[in-house]
Amino acid sequence: MAMNIVVCVKQIPDPADPGELDPNTKTLKRDVKLILDEADSYGVEMALQLVDAAGGGEVTLVSMAPDDEVGGIRTALAMGAAKAVLVSDEALVGSDALGTAKVLAKAIERAGDADLVITATESSDGYTGTVPEQVAELLGLPSITFAKSIEVDGNTIKVKRQTEAGYDDVEAPTPAVISVTAGVVEPRYPSFKGIMAAKSKPVDEVTVADLGLDADAVGWAGARQEIVEIATAETREAGTIIEDEGEGYAQIVDFLADLKVI
Amino acid sequence: MESQDDLHEALREGVAAVCSQFDDAYWRDLDERHEFPWKFYEAMAEGGWMGVAMPTEYGGGGLGITEASIVLEEVAASGAAMNGCSALHLSMFGMNPLVKHGSEALREAYVPRIVDGSLHVAFGVTEPDAGTDTTKITTRATRVGDTYVVRGSKVWMTKASLCEKVLLLVRTTPIDEVVRRTDGLTLLFADLQRPEVNIRAIPKVGRNAVVSCEVTFDDLEVPVDHRVGEEGQGFKYLLDGLNPERILVAAEALGIGRASIRKAVDYANERVVYGSPIGSNQGIAFPLAEAYARLHAATLVVREAGARYDDGLSCGEQANMAKYLAADAAFAAADQAMQTFGGFGYALEYDVSRYWREARLMKIAPVPQEMILNYLAEHVLGLPRSY
Ligand SMILES: Cc1cc2nc3c(=O)[nH]c(=O)nc-3n(C[C@H](O)[C@H](O)[C@H](O)COP(=O)(O)OP(=O)(O)OC[C@H]3O[C@@H](n4cnc5c(N)ncnc54)[C@H](O)[C@@H]3O)c2cc1C
Ligand SMILES: Cc1cc2nc3c(=O)[nH]c(=O)nc-3n(C[C@H](O)[C@H](O)[C@H](O)COP(=O)(O)OP(=O)(O)OC[C@H]3O[C@@H](n4cnc5c(N)ncnc54)[C@H](O)[C@@H]3O)c2cc1C
Repeated sequence: MAMNIVVCVKQIPDPADPGELDPNTKTLKRDVKLILDEADSYGVEMALQLVDAAGGGEVTLVSMAPDDEVGGIRTALAMGAAKAVLVSDEALVGSDALGTAKVLAKAIERAGDADLVITATESSDGYTGTVPEQVAELLGLPSITFAKSIEVDGNTIKVKRQTEAGYDDVEAPTPAVISVTAGVVEPRYPSFKGIMAAKSKPVDEVTVADLGLDADAVGWAGARQEIVEIATAETREAGTIIEDEGEGYAQIVDFLADLKVI
Repeated sequence: MESQDDLHEALREGVAAVCSQFDDAYWRDLDERHEFPWKFYEAMAEGGWMGVAMPTEYGGGGLGITEASIVLEEVAASGAAMNGCSALHLSMFGMNPLVKHGSEALREAYVPRIVDGSLHVAFGVTEPDAGTDTTKITTRATRVGDTYVVRGSKVWMTKASLCEKVLLLVRTTPIDEVVRRTDGLTLLFADLQRPEVNIRAIPKVGRNAVVSCEVTFDDLEVPVDHRVGEEGQGFKYLLDGLNPERILVAAEALGIGRASIRKAVDYANERVVYGSPIGSNQGIAFPLAEAYARLHAATLVVREAGARYDDGLSCGEQANMAKYLAADAAFAAADQAMQTFGGFGYALEYDVSRYWREARLMKIAPVPQEMILNYLAEHVLGLPRSY
């Protein structure tokens, strides 16, 4: 049975060179080159594996990003996704999480009938961890979070949902929105052939109007959240360095015992 | 993604992603243990990177020297330097004469296996008494019925002990029986792992993860159908590949230069002596800035040469200059990295000495700097040939 999966992929400034915050809007400046959020590479990998296992179907990417940015989409297409919907529009500047979710929900509908929508649990730059549930609500679909593995059995999705103690077995009917935990699969590296093939894969570039959304519902106009203040995190105090002169282990044991962790 | 630049950027990222699994510690360790980088080789083969410039009908990507040079530059720049490049180079381009002039049967039998990495191949031209002066080779192939019987010895044959096959230059007509010295040379695609072949590793200064060998052929039989192209035309086939070869080697040098500057800059920012980072001394900063500028200039010539070759334009002048300038800039960068590291540069642990030893190679092989200057003096400037 063929599986069609939509994966939401956020394109973010390279965390190794993240750029800066805009002091006025208190949001991250995104005029740098954007790359595929590593958090989403797990979702892409999982989706590719599920399509493989199903023996047919395809993976479609959905992304909202400024300036028609395709840097990150291209990486995911090179990994093996078939096509993408990219939403890019001046009107989107200032979108909060709900604004983003509205756009993604419409774009997912535009991508066609999906058996499954996959997102990351949280993005690496914004990490509110709220977009996936909002997307599910807007689409009227079940939402399963913190998936560490996904299995499809007919019209049922079986998920191992990570918890502090272990995992829960959770099921939902298709279609559903599932957010996956980072690190649960090994994302493939794009191969040379994958990169070449990505050149000719279709990217459907759309605006807010194309999605039938009101410009007032998104961007600064639609934002109901406000970033009140940003401050640098306190620098952590330097830890204790134990020089090992044969007795190092004993000092470490004492130290941990003091903390009552052992 | 329409533009060339986007494709090149994507290729760079793709190669860098594979190479990111193989850090300096990996290469340092293999270099010290003189062990071939199997895992790296397999990862590159699996990603399809070996076939970038090979024809599509044999499973390759059908791209040009520009793209192949980008792949090798990125491999070198990752810190893999020549240990990484030499592991791939022969498969990525060394077999060009086979691809261009081999019979359809030969190509079909072997090229797909070169592309997928399952066939390791060596290249045997240099001999103890014939290096830059190739026509002086004495390894003989005598035709007996449907086979050639090969006798003689080669040196510096890279990877020989690991390879199933070698693209071997032999004399089929002795030099005193030909009109031109370049006549009578023939390329054979010969077996290496045979009792008639004796292979010995040459202890060398660096690039020790990839072995280079002295190889003797004691009446090795090679079927006539394993001859590449026509008998007596081998030298001409080799000439075809010289310019692209130079462009690739130049790109590899660029990569080593980049790795060297990156390491040196990091260290110059971190290392505090007399109360400030050593990079705050212009005596340390200026040479690095200069190395960077020279490397960039060389990069432009490498790109120019690659673009000309891929466009089917003559590129002897550019390819030779590219190799000369890139090898020079790479070694200067590596040498300055050594200086920046002070005493620690001399310790194997800091990797710059590995880059330095490998960058030095680029001024010697596959063609020494002097022979490049000879080419430019004679063929570009129109000066009399000196030898
Ligand atoms: C008032 C306000 C103004 C803001 N202005 C801007 C702005 O101008 N520009 C800006 O970039 N950000 C802006 N932000 C931040 C922005 O709201 C969030 O980055 C964005 O809504 C997604 O939230 P997140 O990254 O926390 O998502 P999370 O909920 O952490 O993301 C979870 C997953 O959802 C999916 N996902 C999330 N966003 C996208 C996306 N864009 N495309 C595809 N998949 C996605 C991914 O799979 C992601 O891993 C603003 C925020 C506020 C409150
Ligand atoms: C690590 C390594 C790997 C190699 N791998 C391979 C391989 O896989 N296959 C292969 O076939 N070969 C290989 N080689 C050999 C390499 O191509 C030769 O070493 C190179 O071509 C130089 O030849 P030579 O050493 O005989 O130098 P020679 O020809 O002996 O020259 C010695 C020096 O004299 C200079 N010189 C000579 N004539 C002139 C002149 N007329 N004007 C000015 N200067 C001159 C040269 O530039 C050089 O500096 C390898 C070499 C090394 C070091």
